[in-house]
Amino acid sequence: MSKKIKSISNPKLHLEILSPYDVRKLHDATLNIIENVGIRFPSKKALQIWESNGAVIDHEKMIVKVNPQIIESAIKNAPPTYNLCARDSQQDLPLDGNHVYAGTDGCGVEVIDIHTGERRTSKLQDVADVARVADATEEVAFHWVALSAQDKPVETRGLYEMKAIWENSTKHLQTESIYNEREAKVAIEMAALIAGGKEALRKRPVLSLMQCTAPPLGHDGGSLDASLLAAEAGIPTGFMTMSSALTTGPATMAGVLAVGNAEVISATALLQLAFPGAPVFYAAAQTASDLRNGAYTGGGPEDFLFGAATNVLSDFYDIPLSMGSFATGAKEPNWQAGIENSLSTFMASISMSDMLLGLGFLHGSRIWSYAQMMMDAEIFSIIHKTLQGITVDDETLALETIAKVGPGGNFLSQKHTLKHMRDLFLPEFMDRRPYNEWEEKKDDARDWALVKARNILANHEPDPLDPKLSKELDKMIAAEEKY
Amino acid sequence: MSTELFKKMAQSIIDGDTDVSVELAKQAISENIDPILAITDGYVVGVNTVGEAFAAGDAFLPELVMAGEAMKAAVATLEPEMTKRGTERKMLGKVVLATVEGDIHEIGKSLVGTMLTASGFQVFDMGVDVSSAKLIEKVKEVDADILAMSALLTTTMVKQKEVIDLLDSQGLRRKVKVMVGGAPVTRDWVQRIEADGYSEDAIGAVKVAKELLGIS
Repeated sequence: MSKKIKSISNPKLHLEILSPYDVRKLHDATLNIIENVGIRFPSKKALQIWESNGAVIDHEKMIVKVNPQIIESAIKNAPPTYNLCARDSQQDLPLDGNHVYAGTDGCGVEVIDIHTGERRTSKLQDVADVARVADATEEVAFHWVALSAQDKPVETRGLYEMKAIWENSTKHLQTESIYNEREAKVAIEMAALIAGGKEALRKRPVLSLMQCTAPPLGHDGGSLDASLLAAEAGIPTGFMTMSSALTTGPATMAGVLAVGNAEVISATALLQLAFPGAPVFYAAAQTASDLRNGAYTGGGPEDFLFGAATNVLSDFYDIPLSMGSFATGAKEPNWQAGIENSLSTFMASISMSDMLLGLGFLHGSRIWSYAQMMMDAEIFSIIHKTLQGITVDDETLALETIAKVGPGGNFLSQKHTLKHMRDLFLPEFMDRRPYNEWEEKKDDARDWALVKARNILANHEPDPLDPKLSKELDKMIAAEEKY
Repeated sequence: MSTELFKKMAQSIIDGDTDVSVELAKQAISENIDPILAITDGYVVGVNTVGEAFAAGDAFLPELVMAGEAMKAAVATLEPEMTKRGTERKMLGKVVLATVEGDIHEIGKSLVGTMLTASGFQVFDMGVDVSSAKLIEKVKEVDADILAMSALLTTTMVKQKEVIDLLDSQGLRRKVKVMVGGAPVTRDWVQRIEADGYSEDAIGAVKVAKELLGIS
């Protein structure tokens, strides 16, 4: 199976969604929020760092107010580019602003069983299975923990999930399900084992960490402590805002961007104050809550606009972005899923968001579907092709060939055609058959996508993790469990 | 005379204007109007109007929440007067509400509280990160009809089970209905921990609470 990773680079299409003036206004609003409203940092360590750097602290409420200069100079220490490394170094991902990579989404609680089609509670084997399928899928560049290993104890669940992914794939792992200091400590030791020691891990981070903010304008204590440990170890760390218009953010989109930006930038500044130069990234999945039931929608035009706008912000701060796209709110792979996942991913890709999360989910990142995963991969491929745009030069204008064929002929048997036909996009899951052929079978993309995933799961053998390392990982998890 | 005031009270709820609803409650007290009447013939009419508009798709969640908050503030203003008169508003039931231990996610839980309050339940909102022992203590203290717990993480969701097991071991399980909610909560989980009800959103939670207490 191919070790290739498909990423979007050198796009020919462009979009101006925010003017430099807009970005400046958003930045000023963000600094204003951090300085005057404050951000909640419920972590002793975090509060100490803020205090020693001159922030104003309300210890009882654990709210920090910070002078704009402190934030601005701290953020400047963040490296603009670095690599997310993989067990297989051919699969390293340079976060250099000229690549868009897609990952699997996470962290869901149910899975549509690949064999029976039944929806059921997720377990550790599902984490391993998704990782194996993702390993063979070139549109997947890195992993999130797709599903929660709910058959494992809560104290070590995140560690089991990491091990399962490393055992089934050579690609980079970004976990979003390690959010306390105790588990983070072991996770970092496990990553060091995979990388070949602590210094090797710093040079080649095979693990990155994603933490959610606690909106509006707050953070989770466990997440902060875990991120500080990761930053100290040189593990790329990002904070994700899921600020949502109406509920955790204002009803206006600019307001949502400002609130979310204040959450992300304040935590990013904290990491830079503690460990200047630590690799960090911006993460976001803003949305609009549904007007009727307040639900996090994970789709709709607001999402598409946030998807394109956020990379303009992260570019302003000169740090990579991990952007929520895909992740439809649809209950099954259908019209809504197609629209939401295509448009959100197109908009996030055209502004060159570095990482996209992610493939495979239904019902707002709750229910994993292998069929949806494969169709999401095709959506990514379609956008990959679209963003290449149209090349106009002597070769592509094909004047000689046009002259040869002349009026009334066709281009099927031309050498120029043979040379370039593979530039055309060949879909795997679009129905271009004659009508009667469809009428006989009445099957569609969902059926074909599922068959593809089943084949991969049955046949793909990922490069195995050294059994000695596996055993060591087991020991580390067992030691933590006893503790 | 009071008909005019009742109309204004209903309108203050429809407008979601807490300042006005509280002002009118104070006026009612100074004019010696029965606070129970002020609620049933004034404010509740407004709540029902917003509820009907919401059901018809003409009003949205923020309008429901603002109406709920204006109602809550008005009732709180009238409460000392009710105590003075020795009257009590008839409530649909007592609900102890919290986000479980280790979990700080508040918004969904608070939304459920607002909706239940607006619908006539007496809600004891204990906030977030509440230990199982404290929850049970509160259930006993107020003799709750319903215990409602929220969790947003798969790792804290297990606390919902812990609380139910504790209720069981203390012989309280049959005395209180248990509702659970939060993004990772599924029907499968609800059955596994043998909770009595769950809803994916705050509007649905009111329906479930009513069903659990046999209120049509």
